[in-house]
Amino acid sequence: MEQDELIPVKDFCIYHNIEYSFIDSLENSGLISVTSVQQSAFIPLDEMSKLEKFVRLHYDLDINLEGIETINYLLEKIEAMQEEILQLKNSSI
Amino acid sequence: MDFVDYYKTLGVPKNASAEDIKKAYRKLARKLHPDVNPNDKEAHKKFQQINEANEVLSDPEKRKKYDQYGENWKHADQYEQARQQQAQGAGRGGFGGGFGGFGGGEEYTYSSGDEGDFSDFFESLFGGSRGRRSQAKYRGQDYNAELQLSLKDAYATHKQTLTINGKNVRVTIPAGVENGQKLKLKGYGSPGVNGGPNGDLFITFNIKNETDLKREGNDLYKVEDVDLYTALLGGEKTIETMSGKIKLKINPETQNGTKIRLKGKGYPVFNKEGQFGDLYITWNVKLPTNLSAKEKELFTELSKLSS
Repeated sequence: MEQDELIPVKDFCIYHNIEYSFIDSLENSGLISVTSVQQSAFIPLDEMSKLEKFVRLHYDLDINLEGIETINYLLEKIEAMQEEILQLKNSSI
Repeated sequence: MDFVDYYKTLGVPKNASAEDIKKAYRKLARKLHPDVNPNDKEAHKKFQQINEANEVLSDPEKRKKYDQYGENWKHADQYEQARQQQAQGAGRGGFGGGFGGFGGGEEYTYSSGDEGDFSDFFESLFGGSRGRRSQAKYRGQDYNAELQLSLKDAYATHKQTLTINGKNVRVTIPAGVENGQKLKLKGYGSPGVNGGPNGDLFITFNIKNETDLKREGNDLYKVEDVDLYTALLGGEKTIETMSGKIKLKINPETQNGTKIRLKGKGYPVFNKEGQFGDLYITWNVKLPTNLSAKEKELFTELSKLSS
């Protein structure tokens, strides 16, 4: 992975005005992955949209970590089902 | 343009407190937020409606103006003119020039590109983009689509038109895509909310192999039959490849299962124009059947010679 595909966690927290501990909790619960390079924490670019979604759920909608975990699990199921429906629609054409 | 009952939208009474409005908005936002309703246009629309209602009712000045004119909002200009005449030069009231919107005092403004996020009613009562308070920008949902291609289709770079949510999208499919591979088309997903970026479109390729070739990465594998006599004495055979027919030399005494490699005759390497994998041919020596009496006699003779 190239360096420019990593966003420093510190910068992300400043930009979104959020606590570092929130990112830490998301990582501990396995919702996102954070990479360490020379003792600094970075967010891989492909994790960004997921992380921004969790930030909105927590800070805009007041949903706690347990709620985010549940929502994430159900969303994954919905998306898988939507994909399956699409495949079935395609195969029936 | 119809009157929009923002209290009804949020499901609160007209005398609801700021706290009640906040609670009602939060409750509906949790239900209708685009993040929890992937690919749901109806929820997306409703979310914009509750956002608009909250935009007005959570702002004391806007709420006052909305309450003041209510369903008579169409005559608001006349009321305003009459009020200003009565004031006779005592200076403008809280609204800058009728319904042009609130002047200054707000932290952020939007560019004109965001105006479509609010109803005509809102635009008419509170003006265009001026003076809106900042709202969170949301990235649009990603769309997922599946595209079925044959091995021959995926062999060459080509353009294909896909219909995604009613829109035609012309996509260039690079040669060499693999079965199950996902291609991201940035910005072709659902539109963002409040000026947020569009989501992306992910196309998953489902490649059907209708040929007698086996594909492993960029290499292709094929089993070709060769008759006993050509295998023993040598000869030539024309075979079909993805790029056309080629004539191959078969060495004398070629063993069954012998594999030969044809460099650069395999599958194109994804995103590397002009680069190809290899084609491996395995010779399958076919023994003759239904031998005639003469053939049997000759094979018997051969067998005696070799023992």
